[in-house]
Amino acid sequence: MKPSKTSRALILGARSEIAQALAHQLASEGVGLVLGARRCQSLQPVADDLRLRHQVDVDLLEFDALDLDAHASLADRVRDLAGPWELVVCVVGTLPDPVRSRSSSQEAAVALMTNFTGVSVCLGQLANDLEKRQEGGIICLTSVAGDRGRQSNYVYGAAKGGLNVFLQGLRNRLVSAKVHVMTVKPGFVDTPMTRGMPGLFLVAAPEAVARDIVGAWHKGRNVLYTPWFWRWILFIIRWIPEPIFKRMSL
Amino acid sequence: MNPQKDVLPTSGWGRYPVVDSVVHRVRWQSDLSTSQTPPATLAQGRLRSYGDAGLASSVLSTLELNRFLAFDAETGLLETEAGVTLDEILQFCVPKGWFLPVTPGTKHPSIGGCVAADVHGKNHHSDGSLVSHVDSLTIVTAEGDVLRCDRSEHSDLFWASFGGMGLTGFVYAVCFRLMRISDSRIEVETHRTADLAETCQLLLLTQTEFRYSVAWLDLLSRRRRGRGLVMLGRHASGGPLDLHPAKARSIPALGGLLVSRPLLRMGNRLYYRRQLRRTQTTVMHYDPYFYPLDGLRDWNRVYGRSGFLQYQFVVPFEAGRECMEEFLDRIDGAACSLAVLKTFGEFPTGMLGFPRPGWTLALDFRRTTQTIEMLQHATSVITAAGGRVYLAKDAVVTAEHFMEMYSRVEEFLAIKHRYDPRSRLRSALSDRLGLT
Ligand SMILES: Cc1cc2nc3c(=O)[nH]c(=O)nc-3n(C[C@H](O)[C@H](O)[C@H](O)COP(=O)(O)OP(=O)(O)OC[C@H]3O[C@@H](n4cnc5c(N)ncnc54)[C@H](O)[C@@H]3O)c2cc1C
Ligand SMILES: NC(=O)c1ccc[n+]([C@@H]2O[C@H](COP(=O)([O-])OP(=O)(O)OC[C@H]3O[C@@H](n4cnc5c(N)ncnc54)[C@H](OP(=O)(O)O)[C@@H]3O)[C@@H](O)[C@H]2O)c1
Repeated sequence: MKPSKTSRALILGARSEIAQALAHQLASEGVGLVLGARRCQSLQPVADDLRLRHQVDVDLLEFDALDLDAHASLADRVRDLAGPWELVVCVVGTLPDPVRSRSSSQEAAVALMTNFTGVSVCLGQLANDLEKRQEGGIICLTSVAGDRGRQSNYVYGAAKGGLNVFLQGLRNRLVSAKVHVMTVKPGFVDTPMTRGMPGLFLVAAPEAVARDIVGAWHKGRNVLYTPWFWRWILFIIRWIPEPIFKRMSL
Repeated sequence: MNPQKDVLPTSGWGRYPVVDSVVHRVRWQSDLSTSQTPPATLAQGRLRSYGDAGLASSVLSTLELNRFLAFDAETGLLETEAGVTLDEILQFCVPKGWFLPVTPGTKHPSIGGCVAADVHGKNHHSDGSLVSHVDSLTIVTAEGDVLRCDRSEHSDLFWASFGGMGLTGFVYAVCFRLMRISDSRIEVETHRTADLAETCQLLLLTQTEFRYSVAWLDLLSRRRRGRGLVMLGRHASGGPLDLHPAKARSIPALGGLLVSRPLLRMGNRLYYRRQLRRTQTTVMHYDPYFYPLDGLRDWNRVYGRSGFLQYQFVVPFEAGRECMEEFLDRIDGAACSLAVLKTFGEFPTGMLGFPRPGWTLALDFRRTTQTIEMLQHATSVITAAGGRVYLAKDAVVTAEHFMEMYSRVEEFLAIKHRYDPRSRLRSALSDRLGLT
């Protein structure tokens, strides 16, 4: 199913570098934007830049994925602010410190709550709005880390894995309403989230990932691994039998 | 803000000197608050300065501060963050019929780096340096204060920052005026000259008629040192508004041969002779006219690991050609691979700004201990004539010579201390020249 043309997209977690690369990619195709983020006023220069370079409308919206009560009214608030919109791109995510998230309940809880609860509750609410209108779609960034639990980041991985399942279900539910849902599983991307972390390899540029995502969206893809080779890396990782996998240090 | 974990060896465009440096990438203005920044620091742009101006043990890179903030399509007033490159500005403005009011010989520097050096172009005699086209700067001081500076508000900081080589504060945004064009091409007139006297004379005679002028000199010709090609230009009108191509070629594997002496001599002769007629007129795109070297990616690598030096000085017209001849006698002309001569007009510049009315000669040398000593020695010719050396290209001038050349150092330091009382801003250049 190829998604219909978008006039306005809502980007959630817009302070992320991947989000900004996506914003430029979409704006270069003439798509107007609403940038949702915590401390959204800090995005003023980003909004100015998008307007000037691409001549599109850009609005800023305060958004916190952990403010669960606010999600029910989000669709309407975006409409009040910017008029009709069709696409949601959710980039929200947080990578907890793997060691600290063992000892600190707070660290683990925030990661689980943000990456899974916050994002899925929010997208669930927005989905209702899209379903009613029978148009538009959802792009959500999860992670290759959600494909198999590993000792180095299973808290994050569990939340992203849960989100994968949630999106799968949502896609299944919304297909009859002509609303398309695309799951994006990035590998390592060069952003503040990962910069300086040990053991990174095959690190992609945010711009390349953004181009890939928007291209795949136009083709109507369901699940995108980006860059493409992560599909095969994860294919192998998922295939390793558990008795062996549990002894590996990945 | 995320510091890159590793300490990276970094160098300017000349690949000399090399300084180990921790790079912090600035993304937001708030990253510049004192609690976030390291105790000793310096803004770093695209490292298109040749020497040590952009180098320090800990730097704040503007690579990601590259947003356009405001544009008035009526007046051409543009405000951008400091990390935006001239290349990006051209991509933005050329299709709309605007051009950079002043541009150096490469489109890769950041606008912040261009402010810090108060850059000049081939049109200095008609339009002055960058400062003449800038309305205001937004500077975050070393103490974390965000100040809007222009000719009336914080004017001391404004004038100290042009040519201040990053030592007065972090330029966050620049608001400047673009120049109207109706064609992306340049009408170019090239004249072949017989010697330095004729080259100079021609540059002076054509000043009012042509907005742009520059001369390429053949210093390797034994009999006719200073003969060359004078390239005069003005914007064409009524043609297409085409952008420059995005791609550049890489240098060939044996590129190093190009700067070996026999080939240089031959190359110079061929380049000089390539033009058969004494005067030739063409219309060309702005890219090959202003940025001939940008077509070759990483051309600075042809000099190999030891790197190279560019040495650019200006001497007053009065001291003139004799002074240039004396300087050339002092140096080993054969070590010089490129020589470019321009004139500077009577325009304002920053406190440590480089341009002043006179002749300005830029020379490239392979870097060896001998060339460094030779240039340090020959600098006394420049100081004696009341001239000065361009800090954005320099790696060799001594503190003593520097103090002689730049008469407003005291004034500059007083302002630096006012806005940076704890002396947090420092660079390899400021340590070398006693500006820390
Ligand atoms: C091929 C070539 C041709 C050139 N031709 C010319 C020419 O014709 N005319 C001319 O004038 N110059 C010329 N230059 C020099 C170049 O324009 C300047 O060195 C310019 O400063 C480079 O900018 P950058 O962004 O690379 O800065 P960098 O080299 O990274 O830094 C240069 C200086 O600017 C400071 N700086 C950078 N960003 C900021 C900021 N945001 N706030 C405060 N300080 C900052 C740094 O601290 C440093 O002192 C040429 C350079 C090359 C490589
Ligand atoms: N970088 C990688 O290698 C990589 C790999 C796989 C997947 N991903 C995923 O890709 C997405 C983008 O990541 P990134 O690399 O660009 O990292 P990032 O810069 O850390 O971006 C994550 C964004 O999520 C926002 N966010 C976190 N909690 C939030 C909350 N409660 N409410 C609203 N926004 C919140 C952050 O906002 P603030 O700025 O306000 O903190 C931040 O802008 C994430 O979902 C990440 O999990 C990244």
